[in-house]
Amino acid sequence: MAVITIREALKQAMREEMLRDERVFIMGEDIGAYGGAYAVTRGLLDEFGEDRIRDTPIAEGSIVGVAMGAAVGGQRPIAELMTINFSLLAMDQIINHAAKMHHMFGGQWSVPLVVRMACGWGQLSATHSQSLEVMFAHIPGLKVTFTGTPYDAKGMLKAAVRDPDPVIFLEHTAIYGVKGEVPDGDYVVPLGKSDVKRAGKDVTIVTYGRMLQTSFGAADMLAQEGIDAEIVDLRTLRPLDLEPVFESVRKTNRAVVVTEEWRSFGVQAEVAARIGEECFDWLDAPVGRVGAEEVPLPYARNVEQEALPWEKDIIAAVKAAVA
Amino acid sequence: MATELTMPRMGFDMTEGKLAQWLKRVGDPVKRGEPVAEIETDKVNIEIEAPADGVLRGVFLEPGQTVPVGALIGVVGSADEALDLDAMRRKAAVETAPVAAPSAPATPQAAPPVPAGAVSPAVTPVAPAPPKANGRIKASPLAKRMAKQAGLNLAELTGTGPGGRIVRRDVDAAIATGRIMPVAMPAAPRVPTPAILGPAVLKQEIVPLTKLRQTIARRMTASKQQAPHFYVTGEIDMAEAMALRARLNELTDEAGKISVNDMVVKAAALALTHFPNLNASFAENAIQRYGAVHVGIAVALDEGLITVVVHDADRKPLAQIARESKDIIARARSGRARPEELQGSTFTVSNLGMFDVDSFVAIINPPEAAILAVGSVMDVPVVKDGQLVPGLRMKATISADHRVTDGAEAARFMQVVKQYLEEPLRLLL
Repeated sequence: MAVITIREALKQAMREEMLRDERVFIMGEDIGAYGGAYAVTRGLLDEFGEDRIRDTPIAEGSIVGVAMGAAVGGQRPIAELMTINFSLLAMDQIINHAAKMHHMFGGQWSVPLVVRMACGWGQLSATHSQSLEVMFAHIPGLKVTFTGTPYDAKGMLKAAVRDPDPVIFLEHTAIYGVKGEVPDGDYVVPLGKSDVKRAGKDVTIVTYGRMLQTSFGAADMLAQEGIDAEIVDLRTLRPLDLEPVFESVRKTNRAVVVTEEWRSFGVQAEVAARIGEECFDWLDAPVGRVGAEEVPLPYARNVEQEALPWEKDIIAAVKAAVA
Repeated sequence: MATELTMPRMGFDMTEGKLAQWLKRVGDPVKRGEPVAEIETDKVNIEIEAPADGVLRGVFLEPGQTVPVGALIGVVGSADEALDLDAMRRKAAVETAPVAAPSAPATPQAAPPVPAGAVSPAVTPVAPAPPKANGRIKASPLAKRMAKQAGLNLAELTGTGPGGRIVRRDVDAAIATGRIMPVAMPAAPRVPTPAILGPAVLKQEIVPLTKLRQTIARRMTASKQQAPHFYVTGEIDMAEAMALRARLNELTDEAGKISVNDMVVKAAALALTHFPNLNASFAENAIQRYGAVHVGIAVALDEGLITVVVHDADRKPLAQIARESKDIIARARSGRARPEELQGSTFTVSNLGMFDVDSFVAIINPPEAAILAVGSVMDVPVVKDGQLVPGLRMKATISADHRVTDGAEAARFMQVVKQYLEEPLRLLL
């Protein structure tokens, strides 16, 4: 089994899907000649040519609209929006059209579309550093994933390409370089299945994406203090599979939900509420929450880092939960 | 907006409360949840918390005064709010009128009417511990559920979580130490011997008596001084009873599970129908015999002993006795039993069987004429037809009031109890 980065895992997934199915093609800003803003598609233009690796104008509404039309017409497009921040320009296409078409036309058409978006920050300032995943997770008709390991990134991107419905496939810029074992050859990780990534008995950390990696670090530090954290990786935000979370909380009796969002009205609020509904009689402490400060993310590096959640924040929340 | 302060109800049987002292003066600012007054009930002193942020604008009760539950005793409002304090004072006066009696001692709980006359203060339910002011006990949902399953009263636990919250470890600790177990917990397994972790540290201290402890002290002293006790112990072969119980419990749900104690209660109740002198009270120049058999079951709490009552136990099927006693004990632990469920017994059964005791003697619960003290069902060697064979035996000791009955009668009663338990199908008739 090879050890590769998330970036490489994503590229392998797309390449293998394009080799497997000639209907699969990629379109987006700077994905071809430049190789992608985060170098995920580097080299694909040379292998597959301009018909299947299509550079587009800076026009997100058009990118998604065109890709959706192709999907309805029988193709298997992967649209890349450079970052989730720019998806705001494509919201009408995503929410009012891609998410609705199958339902509004009585199932006559499906929209087998993948929209990849990078999330993250890194002195990109307020308008380029947002965690907006909940905006998509809120919408029935969409599927929304946010992977945090190379294995899941590859297996779930393949599942997304083969899925009959529009999938918002979220990636995090800070973990493109994270390495992990990935099997050789074809495999698929199903969408809509949460996964226990670390077994523990004292507290359940529920998370996804970059915060999964941060939670691993926090759990290692907590272990040195004798606190044994279980980590459940949601991986898919819609449809949300919380059974593994409930099962874990019924075992540990304590939960901390960790995301990079602003706390209010986010995925973590939903997860915390559902734990309250389903695990009330098993809870030994209030459900803890870790998220970003509720400010537009600052540009200055020190203040930016201060506004984001880190291992220390998870550790503090876990300690409060097990107090 | 002004918020009224009223006398809170701190227990199911609390009808009135006495003001011990105001902790704030009129004009003092108060925060929601901050103690503003201390009240005294039959059982315990409890702080009343401010219902809202504001200023204590008026008080309508003096220390030492007793008022009914719900009576207006003060008002919290904003500093500059126009309030008709005179009207409130008149309203408070009307509400307090029936019992307002400055400096009067708290009225003791009225004894229930005859016939069963009986029990009373000893049955006082457990009051919440003082730190759990205002009757609100902070416990995690998990701790609440675990305590309920274990039959523990949360009020008896000490919370070690944030803000004094009772959390899982507190319930685990209480269960592990066996600190809180009912004497007659239906269908309860034998309480494991607590782990002895070496000697504990004692300290010299004076512990004031709780109201319940005072009541127990007074009544038990009176019983032992006034009623000349005598004791008759018998050994009962429980093999068939245990076998029958096992078979019956296969046929019922958890709530209907029959304990050894339920069988003893039923056997005693049936036997009492033949011995009216033991279902009676000494009444100076007469013996008061009762026309019904109401069996009290002694239940141990940390604070002391209470008695729950199975009324007409001679006429109730075993399964009903099991369900009823389990239900009443559970509710008594959380202070939710009704007064009639804790009063009026005509005979009492006290069972320490789950503590692995051979036998013991009990003090009669006045004004009853007798009490039955029940030990553990034990595996013992017995001689049968000249052969040594394994047996299941239980010792029981009746304590009886010699003013009412004599040794021979008590011994015959024990024979009948023995007969019912050794031929347990009779309990089902």
